[in-house]
Amino acid sequence: MIRFDQVTKSFDHEGTSFKAVNQVDLEVQKGEIFGVIGFSGAGKSTLVRLVNQLERPSSGKVLIDGQDMSQVSSGKLRSIRRGIGMIFQHFNLLETKTVFHNVAFPLTLAGAPKRKVKERVNEILEFVGLSDRANHYPDQLSGGQKQRVGIARALATSPSILLCDEATSALDPETTKSILNLLKKVRDEYNITILIITHEMNVIKEICDRVAVMEDGKVVEAGSIFNLFSQPKHPTTQKFVQTVMNDEIPKSILDQVETRYIYRVTFTDGSASQPVLSNVAKQFDLEVNVLYGQITELQDSPFGNLIVEFQGDDDEIQRALEYIKQQVIIQEVKSDGR
Amino acid sequence: MDVNIIEMWPRIAEATNETLLMVFISLALACLIGIPLGIALVVTREGGLIENGPVFNVLNVIVNIFRSVPFIILLVAILPVTRFIVGTSIGTAAAVVPLVFFSAPFVARLVESSLLEVNTGVVEAAQAMGATNWQIIYRVLIPEALSSITLNLTIATIGLVGASAMAGFVGGGGLGDLAIAYGYQRFETDIMIVTVVLLVVLVQFVQMIGNFLSKKLRRL
Ligand SMILES: Nc1ncnc2c1ncn2[C@@H]1O[C@H](COP(=O)(O)OP(=O)(O)OP(=O)(O)O)[C@@H](O)[C@H]1O
Ligand SMILES: [Mg+2]
Repeated sequence: MIRFDQVTKSFDHEGTSFKAVNQVDLEVQKGEIFGVIGFSGAGKSTLVRLVNQLERPSSGKVLIDGQDMSQVSSGKLRSIRRGIGMIFQHFNLLETKTVFHNVAFPLTLAGAPKRKVKERVNEILEFVGLSDRANHYPDQLSGGQKQRVGIARALATSPSILLCDEATSALDPETTKSILNLLKKVRDEYNITILIITHEMNVIKEICDRVAVMEDGKVVEAGSIFNLFSQPKHPTTQKFVQTVMNDEIPKSILDQVETRYIYRVTFTDGSASQPVLSNVAKQFDLEVNVLYGQITELQDSPFGNLIVEFQGDDDEIQRALEYIKQQVIIQEVKSDGR
Repeated sequence: MDVNIIEMWPRIAEATNETLLMVFISLALACLIGIPLGIALVVTREGGLIENGPVFNVLNVIVNIFRSVPFIILLVAILPVTRFIVGTSIGTAAAVVPLVFFSAPFVARLVESSLLEVNTGVVEAAQAMGATNWQIIYRVLIPEALSSITLNLTIATIGLVGASAMAGFVGGGGLGDLAIAYGYQRFETDIMIVTVVLLVVLVQFVQMIGNFLSKKLRRL
C-alpha cells in the first residue's frame, strides 16, 4: 500500500546537509493503523510529508499502490493527493469558513457539483458527530471539535489513506480518547489505511496495529504492537514502552532480591486471563505474593507484568517455576531491576 | 477674517469632491497594481508557493525604491511621467499619477504582510488536498487574509487622504489645495479650520467603514 524504499530526505542548511529521514525502509499494509513514534526532531513529520510529497525524497522511493510518487506528473500528483487525507496537530482549518464549508473545501477544489458536495458533507459531518455544528466557525469550536472537522475534511474525498501528524497532541486525554475512537471507526467502516505520527506511546497503544520507532531520521525498531511492548529491544523503544507500562521495580523491592525469591511474570497473548498464579498456589506447597505490577490491554488482549515473590521450600519453588515457564514468561529479578 | 464661509461653500464642496475623486481613483489604481504585486511578493519569496529568487528580488527592490522617496519629492520627480500619461502636469488628474506611484508600492507591502499572516499550515492542508497554486491563492490566501487586507487598505486610504492634500502643491485641487491657498497664503483661518474639520471627518468615516468591513470579512 505505502512503501518506503531506502528513503532519505536531506535539508541543506548553511552549507551542511542534514538527514531528517535517513534510509528508511517501511511498509504499511492496506487497512492497518500504522504508528510512527519518536522524540521531537526524530523526523516523523518529514516522514509522513514524504507520503503525499509535501516533501520530495532526496533519494530512494516512496511507493503508493506500487506507484513511485516522485515519477508522477504534478497533475497526477494532485489527483493522487485527493485520495490521501491528512490531519494536523493544529487542525489547519480555514478560519473564515464555516464547518460546512471547511469540509466542503476539498470537494469544491476537485470541482464536485454543489448538490453532491452538500450530500457528502452532511453525511460525513454525521459520521464525525458534528451535524449540529455545520454553521459554526472554527473559533466557536473546542479543540476536539476542530479535530473532528479536520477528520471530516480529510475524509470528504473518500481517500484510501489517512495521514495523521500529531493529531491528538494538542488535546486533553479525554478528548484524545474520543478522537482515537473516531479514527478506529474510520478504519473499521471505510477500511482506510491510517498512518499515525505521535510522540505519545499511549496513542500507539490505543489504536495501532504496528509501529515503527524513529530516532535521528532512522527507523530503529518496527513490529507489531504486541512484540514491541512485550520485547522492546532498542533503548528508545524501551523508554517509550515505559511511559505507558511502568515496569520499573521500586527500590524497596530491589533491595530484597538477594535474600528473597522475586520474579517478573510477563503476560502476553491472552495468557493473563489464565489464572496461572492461583493454580501455582493451589498445586504447590508455597505462597505467592504479588508485590507490584500492571496489567493493561493491547489490541484487545490483556498484557502486562507482575512482580511476585514465592515463599516456601527451595525445591518446591524450582518445581513451581518449571510449571509456570510452560505457560508464561518468567524471569528472576536482578538487583539492577532487569 | 472677512471671507464668508457660506459664500465659499461651493468652492469647499468642489474641493471635497476633488479630494474624494483623487483618493478613490488613486486607491482603485493603487490596488489594481499593488494587490497583484503584494501577492507576487508572497508567492515568489523563499519558501513561497512559486519560489523565484530573481523575480522576488527585482520586485522587492522596486517597491523599496518607491517606498523610500518622500511623497513631496516623488510628486516633483515624476512630473515628466505625469505629463506623458495625462498630457498635463497640473490639475486633479495629474495629481492621481504621483498618488498611484506613491500608494501602489505601499498597498503591495500591506497586502504582502496580510498574506504572510495566513497560517502556513492552512496552505499546506490545501496542498495536501491537491489544490493548485492558483486555487491556493484565490481560495485560501486571499479569503483568509481579506479581513486583514481590508484593515490595511484603510490605512492606505487614509495615507492617500494626507498625500492628496499635498498634491495641492501641483495644483491638484482638493481640500489640501484649498487650505493652502486660502488658509496658508491668505491667512484666512476660517477656511483652514473648515478644511481640516472636513479632512478629520473624512478620515473618521474611512476608518469606520474599514473597521466595519474588516469585521464582516472575518467570516465569509
Ligand atoms: N524544511 C526544513 N528545513 C530544514 N530542516 C528541516 C526542515 N524540516 C524539518 N527539518 C529538520 O529535520 C528534523 C526532523 O524534523 P521533523 O519535523 O520531521 O521532526 P519530528 O519528528 O516531526 O519532530 P516533532 O515531534 O518536534 O514534530 C529536525 O531536526 C528539523 O529541524
Ligand atoms: Mg512533527
